[in-house]
Amino acid sequence: MTQQSSQSLAYVRTEMIPEQTPPITEVGIIKWIRENLFSGVLNSILTILSLFVIWTVLSHVVPWIFNGIWDAGSLKECREIRDATLGANASAACWAVLTERWNQLLFGFYPDHLYLRPVFAFLIFMFALTPVLFSDLPRKMLWLTIASPFIAYWLIWGGTIWGPLAVAAGFVLGAVAFQLLVRTAGTLAAVVLAIVVPILYWLFLAGPITSGLSSMLPIGIEAIDSKSLGGFMLAIIIGLAGIILSLPLGVLLALGRQSDLFIINKFSVGFIEIIRGVPLIVWLFTASLLLNYFLPPGTNFDLVLRVIIMVTLFSAAYIAEVVRGGLAALPKGQYEAADALGLDYWKSMRLIILPQALKISIPGIVNTFIGLFKDTTLVVFIGLLDPIGLSNAIRATTEWNGIYWELFAFIGFMFFIFCFGMGRYSMYLENKLRREHR
Amino acid sequence: MSTMTDPSKQGFRLSQLIYDTRYRSMTIQVVAMIVLMLFFSWLVRNTVQNLEALGKDFNFGFLTQPAGYDINQRLVEYSSQSTHGRAAIVGILNTILVAVLGCTLATVLGVIAGVLRLSKNWIVSKLMTVYVEGFRNVPLLLWILLIFALMTESMPQPRDFRGDSATASMSVFDSVAVTNRGVYIPSIEFANPIFTETWMNWLLLLAIVVGAVVAIRRLGAWATAKQEATGIRPTTWYINLAVFIVPLAIIMTVMGAHFDIPALTGFNFSGGTHLRNSLIALWLALSLYTGAFIAEIVRGGILAISKGQTEAAFALGLRPNTTMNLVILPQAMRVIIPPLISQYLNLTKNSSLAIAVGYMDVRSTLGGITINQTGRELEGMLLLGLFYLIASLVISGAMNIYNNSVKLKER
Repeated sequence: MTQQSSQSLAYVRTEMIPEQTPPITEVGIIKWIRENLFSGVLNSILTILSLFVIWTVLSHVVPWIFNGIWDAGSLKECREIRDATLGANASAACWAVLTERWNQLLFGFYPDHLYLRPVFAFLIFMFALTPVLFSDLPRKMLWLTIASPFIAYWLIWGGTIWGPLAVAAGFVLGAVAFQLLVRTAGTLAAVVLAIVVPILYWLFLAGPITSGLSSMLPIGIEAIDSKSLGGFMLAIIIGLAGIILSLPLGVLLALGRQSDLFIINKFSVGFIEIIRGVPLIVWLFTASLLLNYFLPPGTNFDLVLRVIIMVTLFSAAYIAEVVRGGLAALPKGQYEAADALGLDYWKSMRLIILPQALKISIPGIVNTFIGLFKDTTLVVFIGLLDPIGLSNAIRATTEWNGIYWELFAFIGFMFFIFCFGMGRYSMYLENKLRREHR
Repeated sequence: MSTMTDPSKQGFRLSQLIYDTRYRSMTIQVVAMIVLMLFFSWLVRNTVQNLEALGKDFNFGFLTQPAGYDINQRLVEYSSQSTHGRAAIVGILNTILVAVLGCTLATVLGVIAGVLRLSKNWIVSKLMTVYVEGFRNVPLLLWILLIFALMTESMPQPRDFRGDSATASMSVFDSVAVTNRGVYIPSIEFANPIFTETWMNWLLLLAIVVGAVVAIRRLGAWATAKQEATGIRPTTWYINLAVFIVPLAIIMTVMGAHFDIPALTGFNFSGGTHLRNSLIALWLALSLYTGAFIAEIVRGGILAISKGQTEAAFALGLRPNTTMNLVILPQAMRVIIPPLISQYLNLTKNSSLAIAVGYMDVRSTLGGITINQTGRELEGMLLLGLFYLIASLVISGAMNIYNNSVKLKER
């Protein structure tokens, strides 16, 4: 068949038919719905069931939230306003409890005229945290990061400025001792002395120096008792302190558990297993009931500090297990390569092993942090006024007797934001540190 | 990790203890040992001194003294005249009860949510994401308190069930009553029990069920052997059914088993089993919370099996059912089981949050009221810690055995 004949044949089409629009069931939203929601009998049932669940929940919750009354002095007043404006027994939240007790929920029983102090402390702390969280900021900001815990402590608890300064001086002493000795006496001796010198200083010198200086130069601000801390401030203080302190401790414990040194290995294993085997509540009760038995007679130290220590030890044990997983997941060749380069133990850990192992363990570490932050609510059982403790205290007053859901919703919402945020940050970090080709 | 250096030519010098890598690890360990011993002896010395100062001694005699307090939920006989030791056992059983109930429900919820989260159905998977994220990011304590408040504040009172104008009604064929004092469900009672102790009868039933399961497995093995020998698999399902039901039915009839349905008498419901609000709140909150974590584990486990495994199984001619049982599940289980068990452990430990709702678990009896009444904090907390520690070590020991048995055999 030649070109000529195919052109001349009447029944052969010479031009393409224009594209037809697809059937309505195969485009756009209808196609999507058919494919995603009603692709089979089971799927259709599930979809209808889910829609029913969503409708049931939303139809109860949405009016309750948006009809909420924001301005009232007590639950009774709230109900009166509701009955007057929306009709008797309408569904409406009484958000007025939040507006009225806002400061208390945030700060506990911290004196009102000093609220700016914790706010500043947190702002400084958050600002100081940014160079750690985002590595493209100038490295000089890290000096502020190092100083910020002392500043934050001083701003929140107040008192004489010499206390935090004297404690900070211990770290400076340690660093100086290390720098002086690392040339002359070798690394190990320097490290040992850098640990021993500050401890001796804190035990014997820091106290007299603080009291001496504060009597000579009484620079300070109003001191606040730990009992007045409360609300989300307390949860954040315990959570942040626990997070910051437990990471290094957890890494050390993980290294100890992987170590060849028999005694250190067995000690780490025992510590981790004992801490992990017992619930946090039992540890918190230990801190509040038993710690006085273990310390020299007459010692009595702050309950918040005890809680921070317990929470730190607790989450350090969990972090140790997570990091151990990361260490075990590294191929053996990495360890051997580090040895072959002639690096000593600490250098090989610091430069080769830990950067990789920690990168693998980021999701687990952040999950532990999220768990720690949620577990700060348990301090309510040893008498500290965290948000949940405060919600009980608020409910015990005559004005707000019988208010449950509003407080629970608010506290849950706040925790959700913090924990969800941490989870998202860990995803960002994972993506940023991912080195494999995608 | 230590690097070897050449042996030194001269004799031993003291500085070798620090600088020679052959001796250094020994030095470090000895120093660590000394520091540890010093620390522990310091703790013990302080404790002894403090106990002396308080005029207390260290003994566990209080466990045999009468407790003098009541426990509202008990699985074994207990009265306020019983000993503190017995109270601790009641508490331990209550902890185990809520842990077992919680693990069961959490597994069911977690598996359903995990599978549905992978569903192609957009709305279902999003709903499950909301469930998982919502429960994982809010403290468990808040969920326990919330559900407890829901039970006590929003449920009808028993008197609402009364009369012609009753505002509440019993559900599930008039057999379950959900009230603000707890949930009343039908219980199985024995008219003429074989043993006088109730739990012995239940043990008998359990033994029969276990025996039936063992028999059915043996039967299955026999059928497989036969199939391999002759190529024809004998039909066994009706024998299985009979093995399971017949002995159970006979013993139930002998013992006169019947349902005891709760009924409104006076101001409250009587008959049936009373599930207290504390148990319900703790159980549901623990299950929902842990279920969210289990859902993530299940999802991860399923995603971890590459699609090639399914395709390879199909290429070998396996049917979808067999593929699931022989190829996918064994591999997914290897990923799922270890974190799953550690979630069970977490749930068991989290059950100590019972304190928030007044559920009488081991922490409330041994670690709570007993300590308050006898003033034996040290001994009580020690026993409490030991109980949890032993429970976790046993469970994680079992997990290690399982892990080793399913581990990929390499090199």
